[in-house]
Amino acid sequence: MKNRLMLVVLPLLSLVACVALAKEAPPASDDPVTEAHMMRLAEKLRCLVCQNQTLAESNADLAADLRREVKELIKSGKTDDQIMDYLVERYGDFVLYDPPFKPITVMLWVGPFALLVGALGVLFARLARRRKAAGQSSQGELGAAERRVVEQVLGSANNDDKQNARRPGGAA
Amino acid sequence: MKKFLWPLGIFIVLLAFLAVGLRLDPREVPSPLIDKPAPAFDLPVLQQPGRRFSPAEMRGKVWLLNVWASWCVSCREEHPHLVELSRKKLIPLIGLDYKDESRAALAWLGQFGDPYDFSVEDRDGRIGIDYGVYGVPETYLIDRDGVIRYKRIGVLTPEILEGKVLPMARKLQQ
Repeated sequence: MKNRLMLVVLPLLSLVACVALAKEAPPASDDPVTEAHMMRLAEKLRCLVCQNQTLAESNADLAADLRREVKELIKSGKTDDQIMDYLVERYGDFVLYDPPFKPITVMLWVGPFALLVGALGVLFARLARRRKAAGQSSQGELGAAERRVVEQVLGSANNDDKQNARRPGGAA
Repeated sequence: MKKFLWPLGIFIVLLAFLAVGLRLDPREVPSPLIDKPAPAFDLPVLQQPGRRFSPAEMRGKVWLLNVWASWCVSCREEHPHLVELSRKKLIPLIGLDYKDESRAALAWLGQFGDPYDFSVEDRDGRIGIDYGVYGVPETYLIDRDGVIRYKRIGVLTPEILEGKVLPMARKLQQ
């Protein structure tokens, strides 16, 4: 009789244990839509503890807290811009992976392009100068000394030709 | 000669930029909270169960809010300086015990000494977020009107305390 009672009670007990366990494990995601929305925002935000990771990637404690915070803000009906502003108010522009255009970030946004334009300017100026220098020597009149050198070279080449022609098979 | 000076000049400029860049601490993010009112909160006082504290009570006083936790290693480094500061009784020092357990926090204060007038408990770190906390310890200097005037992220060394925080506090107290 006792054994049979146990047969009933034991499975029941294990069932209770199962229920208790199930209650302890938190659901992976209570609301997949909010979760996805939050992750989309978190990818644009920097984790301040491990500064080269986004809020979505980071396992830092603060990142988890901030993800929770963002999720709650989404649930309370805040727009994406309002949520971003909420974080910027607390952590500054640094939390944004895409920093806004402000007087303090002008160098950041304009700097590389200014550098590129400057470098191109220097390059073209140099090329123009080089072209001008090359053009002068080909178009300009030869000086007396240059002319003498040219004639000397041409003259000796002519003499060589005559000598080669006189010697049979000299060219071979 | 000019040909050699150009690369040298560029190199020196680059060197200067790198030298400055290496000296900057990437963890020192300028806080947007400077010159803004300290966010309000209402939190239980760690040492006195049942009592609560809100920064509005400190109106008319210049005070320091120091964020700490018993799990925070750097706080242990900072702690002796705070104990030293509290002995001089120059400025009220209130602790914000960040994401901590009361028992661990009290044991920690018992072991290393309690420099705080009192500490409040921010168990889930929500007030920490309002204050833009991301690297404990952090310290805020708050003026008579409840405006944050200075924020230190990281250990409050005697150099910073003597060289920056206390002179600023003195000026604000006048």
